[in-house]
Amino acid sequence: MDLSTTYLGLKLKNPLVPSSSPLSRSLDNLKRMEDAGAAAIVLYSLFEEQINQESHTLDAYLTQGVESYAEALSYFPEAREYNTGPDVYLEHIRQAKASLEIPVIASLNGVSTGGWVRYARDMQEAGADALELNVYYLPTDLYMTSGEVERLYLDILADVKTVVKIPVAMKLSPYFSSMANMAHRLDVAGANGLVLFNRFYQPDLDLDNLEVVPNLKLSSSNELRLPLRWIAILYGRVQADLALTTGVHTVTDVLKGVAAGAAVTMIASELLKNGINRLIVLRQGVEAWLTEREYESLEQLRGSLSQMNCAEPAAFERANYMRVLSSYAPDYPWRLHSWGVM
Amino acid sequence: MKPEMITIDGNEAAAKVAYKISDVIAIYPITPSSAMGEWADQWAAEGETNLWGVVPQVVEMQSEGGAAGAVHGALQTGAMTTTFTASQGLLLMIPNMYKIAGELTSAVFHIAARSIAAQGLSIFGDHSDVMAARSTGWGMLASNSVQEVNDFALIAAAATLKARVPFLHFFDGFRTSHEVNKIELVTLETIRAMIDDDLVMAHRGRALTPDNPFIRGTAQNPDVYFQARESANPYYLEAPIIVQEAMNQFAQLTGRQYHLFDYAGAPDAERVIVIMGSGAETVEETINYLVERGEKVGVIKVRLYRPFAAAAFLATLPPTTKTIAVLDRTKEPGATGEPLYLDVIAALNEAYEGRFNHPVRTVGGRYGLSSKEFTPGMVKAVLDELKQPRPKNHFTVGIYDDVTHTSLDWDKTFSIESEEVVRAVFYGLGSDGTVGANKNAIKIIGEDTPNHAQGYFVYDSKKSGSTTVSHLRFGPNPIRAPYLIQSANFVAVHQFNFMERYDVLRLAAPGATFLLNSPFPPNEVWNQLPRSAQETIIEKNLRFYVIDALSVARETGMGRRINSIMQTCFFALMNLPSLPTDKAIEAIKEAIVKTYGKRGQAVIEQNFAAVDATLQNLHLVPAIPYVTSKFERPPVVPTHAPEFIRSVTARIIEGLGDDLPVSAMPVDGTYPSGTTCWEKRNISDEIPVWDPDICIQCGKCALVCPHSVIRLKVYDPELLGDAPETFKSAPARFKEYKEMAYTLQVAPEDCTGCTLCVEVCPVKNKRQPKLKAINMAPQQPIRETERENWEFFLNLPEIDRTELPLNQVKYNQLLEPLFEFSGACAGCGETPYLSLLTRLFGDRTLVANATGCSSIYGGNLPTTPWTHNREGRGPAWSNSLFEDNAEFGLGMRITLDQRLDAAATLLTQHRDLIGSDLVDSLLTADQSTEAGIQAQREWVAQLKARLEALRLAPTETVGLKAKIENLLNLADVLVKKSVWIVGGDGWAYDIGYGGLDHVLASGRNVNILVLDTEVYSNTGGQMSKATPRAAVAKFAAAGKPLPKKDLGLLALSYGTVYVARVAFGANDAQTVKAFLEAEAYDGPSLIIAYSHCIAHGYDLKYGLQQQQAAVNSGHWPLYRFNPALENGDTPFHLDSKPPSIPLADYIYREGRFQMLTQSHPDAAAHLLEQAKEDIQKRWQTLAQLANPAK
Repeated sequence: MDLSTTYLGLKLKNPLVPSSSPLSRSLDNLKRMEDAGAAAIVLYSLFEEQINQESHTLDAYLTQGVESYAEALSYFPEAREYNTGPDVYLEHIRQAKASLEIPVIASLNGVSTGGWVRYARDMQEAGADALELNVYYLPTDLYMTSGEVERLYLDILADVKTVVKIPVAMKLSPYFSSMANMAHRLDVAGANGLVLFNRFYQPDLDLDNLEVVPNLKLSSSNELRLPLRWIAILYGRVQADLALTTGVHTVTDVLKGVAAGAAVTMIASELLKNGINRLIVLRQGVEAWLTEREYESLEQLRGSLSQMNCAEPAAFERANYMRVLSSYAPDYPWRLHSWGVM
Repeated sequence: MKPEMITIDGNEAAAKVAYKISDVIAIYPITPSSAMGEWADQWAAEGETNLWGVVPQVVEMQSEGGAAGAVHGALQTGAMTTTFTASQGLLLMIPNMYKIAGELTSAVFHIAARSIAAQGLSIFGDHSDVMAARSTGWGMLASNSVQEVNDFALIAAAATLKARVPFLHFFDGFRTSHEVNKIELVTLETIRAMIDDDLVMAHRGRALTPDNPFIRGTAQNPDVYFQARESANPYYLEAPIIVQEAMNQFAQLTGRQYHLFDYAGAPDAERVIVIMGSGAETVEETINYLVERGEKVGVIKVRLYRPFAAAAFLATLPPTTKTIAVLDRTKEPGATGEPLYLDVIAALNEAYEGRFNHPVRTVGGRYGLSSKEFTPGMVKAVLDELKQPRPKNHFTVGIYDDVTHTSLDWDKTFSIESEEVVRAVFYGLGSDGTVGANKNAIKIIGEDTPNHAQGYFVYDSKKSGSTTVSHLRFGPNPIRAPYLIQSANFVAVHQFNFMERYDVLRLAAPGATFLLNSPFPPNEVWNQLPRSAQETIIEKNLRFYVIDALSVARETGMGRRINSIMQTCFFALMNLPSLPTDKAIEAIKEAIVKTYGKRGQAVIEQNFAAVDATLQNLHLVPAIPYVTSKFERPPVVPTHAPEFIRSVTARIIEGLGDDLPVSAMPVDGTYPSGTTCWEKRNISDEIPVWDPDICIQCGKCALVCPHSVIRLKVYDPELLGDAPETFKSAPARFKEYKEMAYTLQVAPEDCTGCTLCVEVCPVKNKRQPKLKAINMAPQQPIRETERENWEFFLNLPEIDRTELPLNQVKYNQLLEPLFEFSGACAGCGETPYLSLLTRLFGDRTLVANATGCSSIYGGNLPTTPWTHNREGRGPAWSNSLFEDNAEFGLGMRITLDQRLDAAATLLTQHRDLIGSDLVDSLLTADQSTEAGIQAQREWVAQLKARLEALRLAPTETVGLKAKIENLLNLADVLVKKSVWIVGGDGWAYDIGYGGLDHVLASGRNVNILVLDTEVYSNTGGQMSKATPRAAVAKFAAAGKPLPKKDLGLLALSYGTVYVARVAFGANDAQTVKAFLEAEAYDGPSLIIAYSHCIAHGYDLKYGLQQQQAAVNSGHWPLYRFNPALENGDTPFHLDSKPPSIPLADYIYREGRFQMLTQSHPDAAAHLLEQAKEDIQKRWQTLAQLANPAK
């Protein structure tokens, strides 16, 4: 069965791409992913903010208490150099490239224009086959308009595209007033791929200690629906390749993603939860399903249930919403009341 | 190769040469020489090679004695070997130095000469240490300036190889070791030319080797020792000639010619000063100034002090000389004169005839002890004295001696500074980066302009909120002025509140530029200045500029670091022709890249942003020709302070200690305790504020407060009638004190703002959980009211300690601490233990304190935190040395035991006279409880009353009166005394371990408290044997490769020592229990106390969390071993649970571990794995001890 696909202009043997996660910090894991059938790998993200933070922290370590007291003008030896910049990450790209056959996609989260551009260029030079710009950005500023938020994404893309030749994918959040228009504008601006969607980790509240606590919960298949819908809507309407991320755990999830129109489906929680070898199971399952149903290739499935190709295009829009509500109402009228929708 | 002009300090100048010509460098940190060893270690870590292409072995030893031993061994096996030391360190090397010299071994030690601890310790510079070593048989070569340090380091090395006499190369501690100056660096080619490889091979050829065996170091008997001692005479006779040859060769190579004695001044001088060290520079400059004005004066700069080449000295002295003043920078009490003076006298005596056809009068004088200023005015005073028909002999200069009247008066306004020299003084805080920026400024001026430049930095005696004063000079000619600026044409004050604390404009010259970091804009700042400052600005016609540097820093993300901003202002206002502002800014940015580049782009960009935002915020303050201010600088201490505090302590606090006369000084180093309370430093912008409504009165905030600023009292609510309006109170939440009131009071002017109290508070405000029962708030608005509240609080009665369950924090924190407001770092992890100690036992404690952080914040003048209660009782504290503290404390115990025996004997002998019941009560008292101790105090009072009566009664019994007097003198010892031996890990694990071990084995009732910061904190973070594996420290730049020594298990092996390992931030109840058990145990006790420290590299407000993490990760298991429990109960109690968090979760929150992952990632990963194994193994051992049956 031909499972091949093309993503960001890269010819991939199947649609299974481990997405950015801590698993990719280890070269061993990268190798194991390749062996288990990953078609490409998105490395963990380089966070400019973290680089800056490390730099400031090191500065604080080396500065604290110095030149204050005659007997202790410093407290630490000065090393000849410190790995404060992106060096570790770039070396990781180099090593990944040296030991893997499959494409390596570097992931970048910047905070400044300079940072986006500088590190994107560095990643290209280190050998990355493509870039994923992970715009993990939560606009909390009361005075920042939606237009300004959108501009931010477009500017980052434009800036990076001017300095790199390798393909660039934009990883987006779903919180745009006009998702379709945003996708279109990014498409026009030259995005080679759109990765839908970024997952914001939601903090939790600890009532015993009256604290807000970070809470990392792995995704589940239930979360597949949101990216699935938007991939289905956008498929065929933008030139950029679509990658589905968040909620891909099972063979069915992968197949649904492709059917909606995804060039690749990206997987992280499933591998974190059940191990890298889940890739083998997923690939075999996809193959078996296609074979059983006598598909010629994966390509034949791609986009078949997109809004463009499916029998009920309205199902992806408001009409679908109304149907869900009415089917839901009898069981939980109180909840719908409290949501203010009845 | 063209010599490089470089701007460095004396320590680096010495180390640069010493490193190149050494195979082995054995060192031990001691101020002010530590930096030489640190440089060597850093270069070795970076792989820099010596002259022979090999990286020298740099080894840190356990003491200077150990370093000297290692050096001796290395020399005996043929290595080119050196060490760096000072003061007490040199004293510890003396035994080996005799050996090294006796064996005619080529070696050079580089000494940053420093005072020796006598009536008090001093880290500052004079020649007391090297003079104490002058009889060892070592050559002694004195450098007077940073340039000479670089030069003489090489000349000494060249000479020793040929002469076979070892050399001390010394220069003045701080004044030269820490002065930054522009020098011409000795090149590698010069070093290569001066170091004769044949001589090096000859040195190596004398090595011990089994391939050519012999013995060296025999024991000799009366028959031959004497002759053998004389056998080396030819070498000493030859040595001066060899030194001069080396100097001549050096001159050929560099153009800098030196002689054994260098003369400067009028060829026909009649008055001559003889001097060595940095003071010679001042004398020479002054002499040149006076000669230009026609005076017949001169100076002999002594280069080679030992062997003293008398003939060369006399040949240097102008034949016209009539009077000589020999200046010694040391004091030899009881001698007929100081050493250099005596040598000159002897030289003159031995070779006088034929040289002079007239009598030459020679006098000696002392100057500059402990870096006391030595100025041109003082030089002139000496020369003027030499004009007298009978000049004063054995004089002092630089002080006012109103006791034995040795001192010469001098003109404080006398100045010889050229107008070409720019003189700038900067007042800053340690934490604002002022010194660092000024060091860069000096380098910029020295290296980016044709100017010569000099920088010298004066630091505070406190570790928190410390003030720094930077003295910068630059000009077209070399700067040879090793004394502080007396008249500055630029004064910068980097902290606005200094205007109220110091007379910062005292040094401003007429017409000088005055730059002030001010939160007030140019049109408002004038009225915010004290009257005296306004008067000075008008009177001296100062050009006054302001910048709100803190705002610029905040806006550019620099926090409180205003260094780059103020530096930019300095260059802009200087606007040097050779370095206009735009070029200066470029240079500043280059310096920023050089200094911070390794730390990452973000740091560089932040500093750049600060520099770029500076000039638009720099404003000239319009001149106002009249005084408008309504206030004056407040008095340093309150007017009701004791007389000594007002007349002596306050002067020192104010920075005017130099003006105190000899008569003001206690003659034997004895000072009153309880004096920090008079020094209100107001160093924190924010202080804790209590919320009585939600406080559960647990006492934890008071326990963790490093400065004993938080106090708790339970008292009769009726006393609140007189309370100030804002005084806070709450019903006491104690079952025993149901009807009482409770107050938590903060000493508002003593807080350092560390916030540990807020961090430890377990209560959260239900409406706003960000608030606790204690919260930080701006100090300024509440300073006055809280000061009043504090005064009221102090007058509330203390709790009756006999009723308290002392083992509970909630209760023992109601006790008054007798250790308060120390100068320790904000957030210090050591001082809470001392505060607790004094709460529990302070009124009957003697403290032997090892030198280190605790002796500095405990005993550095002007004030001491060790205090007393209302009855006048409190800890009696003393510091002997670094290495002998355990023995020092043992001596105290032995005396107490002896005196107790003596008292018991006398009581028994005079049972009838005193009364049997009272004697029995006194001798059988159970003092295991506070109530028992209180009862004994009362019986002792009865005894004293009885003895007083007997003393006055007539008696004919021979000797009875004397015995009564004796017993009266001994009576207080009958109340149980507690001896605490306190020190850091550098002492306990390293330099003092031998003594500590002996004291543990003595069986005597002493309590040893090791404040374990796992590093030499006081000298700046050098590795000790307590440093854990994988931590970065000086001398462990690539991470400590071996595990921490387990002092607890070593002590435990005796089986007779009480041992506890505690961490108050992890388990305060266990800490308290350990202190009580240790004190109760009638034998030696050892408490090893985890002390978070600034040298761990993180914000100390997280110190308590880190203590918890240290315990939870298994790095710091808590336990108690109580031999008293041997019969029945298990003596070993493991008080912490098995490791429950990964070690990485503890260590990588601290810079000392984290930075290894950035500098040596592979080593970090490897050492982490090993450290994890260490923890597992140790835990298994401890678990086995706790449950031996398993």
